[in-house]
Amino acid sequence: MDLSSAFMLALRALGRNKMRSSLTMLGLIIGVGAVIAVIGIGEGAATKAQEQLAAMGSNMLFVGSGSVNRYGLHVGSFQTKTLVQADAGAIVRECPSVSAAAPGTGTGQQVVYGNENWATQITGTEPQYFEVRNWPFASGTSFTEDDVTQAATVAVLGDTVRKYLFGSRNPIGETIRIGTLPFKVVGVLTPKGTSAGSNQDEDDVIIAPLTTVQKKLLGQEWLRWIMVSALSRQASYVAQQQIESLLRDRHKIRSGDPADFVVRNLADMADAAAEQGKVMTVLLTIVASIALLVGGIGIMNIMLVSVTERTREIGVRMAVGATEEDVRLQFLIEALVLGLSGGTLGVIFGVASSLAVSHGLGWPVRIPPYSIAVSTLFAIAIALFFGFYPARRASRLNPIDALRFE
Amino acid sequence: MATKNSVTTTNMVAADRTVPLVEAHDLRKNYQLGETEVHALRGISVKINPGDFVAIMGASGSGKSTFMNILGCLDKPTSGRYLLEGTDVSALTKKELAQIRNQKIGFVFQGFNLLGRTTALENTELPMLYSKTHKNKRRERAREALTQVGLGDRADHLPSQLSGGQQQRVAIARALVNQPRMLLADEPTGNLDSRTSVEVMEIFQRLNASGLTIILVTHEPDIAQFAKRELVFRDGQIRRDDVVEVPHVASQVLQTMPTIKD
Repeated sequence: MDLSSAFMLALRALGRNKMRSSLTMLGLIIGVGAVIAVIGIGEGAATKAQEQLAAMGSNMLFVGSGSVNRYGLHVGSFQTKTLVQADAGAIVRECPSVSAAAPGTGTGQQVVYGNENWATQITGTEPQYFEVRNWPFASGTSFTEDDVTQAATVAVLGDTVRKYLFGSRNPIGETIRIGTLPFKVVGVLTPKGTSAGSNQDEDDVIIAPLTTVQKKLLGQEWLRWIMVSALSRQASYVAQQQIESLLRDRHKIRSGDPADFVVRNLADMADAAAEQGKVMTVLLTIVASIALLVGGIGIMNIMLVSVTERTREIGVRMAVGATEEDVRLQFLIEALVLGLSGGTLGVIFGVASSLAVSHGLGWPVRIPPYSIAVSTLFAIAIALFFGFYPARRASRLNPIDALRFE
Repeated sequence: MATKNSVTTTNMVAADRTVPLVEAHDLRKNYQLGETEVHALRGISVKINPGDFVAIMGASGSGKSTFMNILGCLDKPTSGRYLLEGTDVSALTKKELAQIRNQKIGFVFQGFNLLGRTTALENTELPMLYSKTHKNKRRERAREALTQVGLGDRADHLPSQLSGGQQQRVAIARALVNQPRMLLADEPTGNLDSRTSVEVMEIFQRLNASGLTIILVTHEPDIAQFAKRELVFRDGQIRRDDVVEVPHVASQVLQTMPTIKD
């Protein structure tokens, strides 16, 4: 029997039982669809995380003031008062792998403009902060070194704050009130979106000169953190060691004693995030593969029923000259057609549901072409694997018994 | 070569007259049925020449169906030799047997055995699906075969839309379509009323007159009278092997029968 006739035969046999054929394919459709959706969503999330970390600067390091142990009592991070502005200067001067450092502190405050008010985070830092964080301005400019020296009451707005306080109006040159103090708006930042690690809105922030926040809002001289930018991603690991030893030295911590600060490396965080994503994808792929496997068992089940139902047909075919190979081919091709159409419909279903997720939930989705190819081939392989046994069983029938079968 | 019923046919083309179409030597077939061994055939020896029309009679269990299955290369004897056109069939592989069934033998069954939800034309095409016949050629030859059995105008009907007689004629067309050496019919009239039975025999006689060898199993003596030779089986052996002196002529019998319109 030639292949084109065999395919026509298979299509007609499956077409006769449309309901049954589609239910049989359902397992594969769901399996393939799930594989594609899972990989698409996983890849999308991984890509987004990588982009966010890259935007933050994968060569960035974060130095935070640490926790202290006073009289046996551990208090949380950002509690030590030992991290100071001079440390930031020293890091830039004395660590060769560091290109820039921005010291900073922060406080939560109520912000008012006209009738609008908004509770947000006030970050105090120096102008190089915007470079270290690779954060461009949408309008206006940064405050200056002089503003920092003079503790000027000027502010740069994050996009979320701008939206809530000003709507569509231009905030540059306007005066807002932070706590009880009036601040002049000098710049607005471009939106950065949600941060990769903490899921916080990065744009819900007002950035002001470090000294202004320290003296006029907080009344504290010390720092909460220093953002450091290393020369490159590779250099960030060396920079981390240089900063740690420098600060231990400056804070006079004996070797063996716990440090009063922490240094975190964003390259590490990026690696960790990527690793986490990979584990997730593998787990979900295993689950989806089980769905595919179940789909394959469904195919085998239906093919076995079909072989039994069509025993007489097989007998007739053998009587008029079908060889064992002919009969086996016929049923294998039926399984193949089930796998092929199940796989194709599954791809459509997977792509459609990924797009729906991407639109509905706003998740980033990226469907790599290999996932479509691999899952379709997998569906076909499963169909052939599970179709083989029923096909063999059909081909092994004794024509005399098959013809007498009721 | 001289069997007692050496009926000559004039227009048999391919067959060599000196070689019988079927030559069986001491065929035996034993089945294991649970504990007991059943001897279905106990030494059958027979020769059938090209162009013959043989009716095989016998009670059920007499071994006639087993014999037909062996003749049709669907089954192999436990011992003995079966030569089809001089070739020892017992030495052939399953694949070669399938080829012989496809090329040399046409089957007609009691229950018609047409594929459901498949048109008469496609049912007729079935054997050619396994003989590497080109698609267009398949259509053409299936139509010819259907015309031969008087169903040229029913080619697109499904079995469920055809009467029993018509279904059996589709089955005959299917058996003929690869131009076999012999037609094996197992109780072909068993499911048909008497007039339709005679109609089928009329087709058989017409085909036989044009040179086709026909072997049919029946337990109706009336039907056997349309053949040229009668073999009677009992207990796995041939008890009688007679020439039918004056075979009935189906076309004449039909004229004497009342037509039942439905």
